[in-house]
Amino acid sequence: MTRHAELEKRQAEEKISEYKSIYGPKQPKPPLAKNLFYAFVVGGLICVLGQFIKNTFIRLGFTPEQAGNPTVAAIIFLGSLATGLGFFDNLARVAGAGTAVPVTGFANAITAAAMEFRREGLVLGVGGKMFSLAGSVIVFGVVAAFIVGLLYAL
Amino acid sequence: MGTYLTAFLVGGLICVIGQLLLDLTPLTPAHVLSGMVVAGAVLSGLGLYEPLVQFAGAGATVPISSFGDALVKGAVAEAERSGIIGVLTGMFKLTSSGITAAIVFGFFIALLFKPKG
Repeated sequence: MTRHAELEKRQAEEKISEYKSIYGPKQPKPPLAKNLFYAFVVGGLICVLGQFIKNTFIRLGFTPEQAGNPTVAAIIFLGSLATGLGFFDNLARVAGAGTAVPVTGFANAITAAAMEFRREGLVLGVGGKMFSLAGSVIVFGVVAAFIVGLLYAL
Repeated sequence: MGTYLTAFLVGGLICVIGQLLLDLTPLTPAHVLSGMVVAGAVLSGLGLYEPLVQFAGAGATVPISSFGDALVKGAVAEAERSGIIGVLTGMFKLTSSGITAAIVFGFFIALLFKPKG
């Protein structure tokens, strides 16, 4: 019985390696250069948009330090709205880290989770699972900042 | 305070680092973003993030690594003012607007829009 199972397992493994030898080398390499290019351009442009929003707030009378907060809030609003309207996903498919690394990615993670779990209700779904994707960013950020802050304060 | 050019170049390069990690390692986006926030916090503690903000403006404040930087800055500033308890009370002082905005906008967008597919 066990020998039979072993034989089956070995046959399955052989099949897999055969499959790999046929299809493995022919698989196209991930288009790394293209991914990097789009991540650079889209991510850079989002930061340029951020700089434009920041400059606008400064022109409205904010100091450069004060202008940082409303700028991030505005970018988050745009990221949330783009997620709601559905074109964030289309852009993210091309841009990869270009949309994920700026705070637009944080906004997208929260909004997408809230929309996704809406069907589980407002409290358990939207409220409870809003941070299911973005939560780790906050947790690890706070833990790291706590340790750094303690080292500084001591 | 950063020009459009430095914002573009530095912001783009930070995204390239993220894309390299995504494409060349088995890390998921959640791992990469968490790592970037921790990196931002560490660089902030070493005093290296602020010069980057001075040079690149939004190129350094828009990527998620700035979240770690802002957490540390809030905690340290409050710790200098009111002692070690400031690490707790000041933690979210600078990041409050971003987190509040994300929660409020995320909530209402989820009420207004239905996911596609």
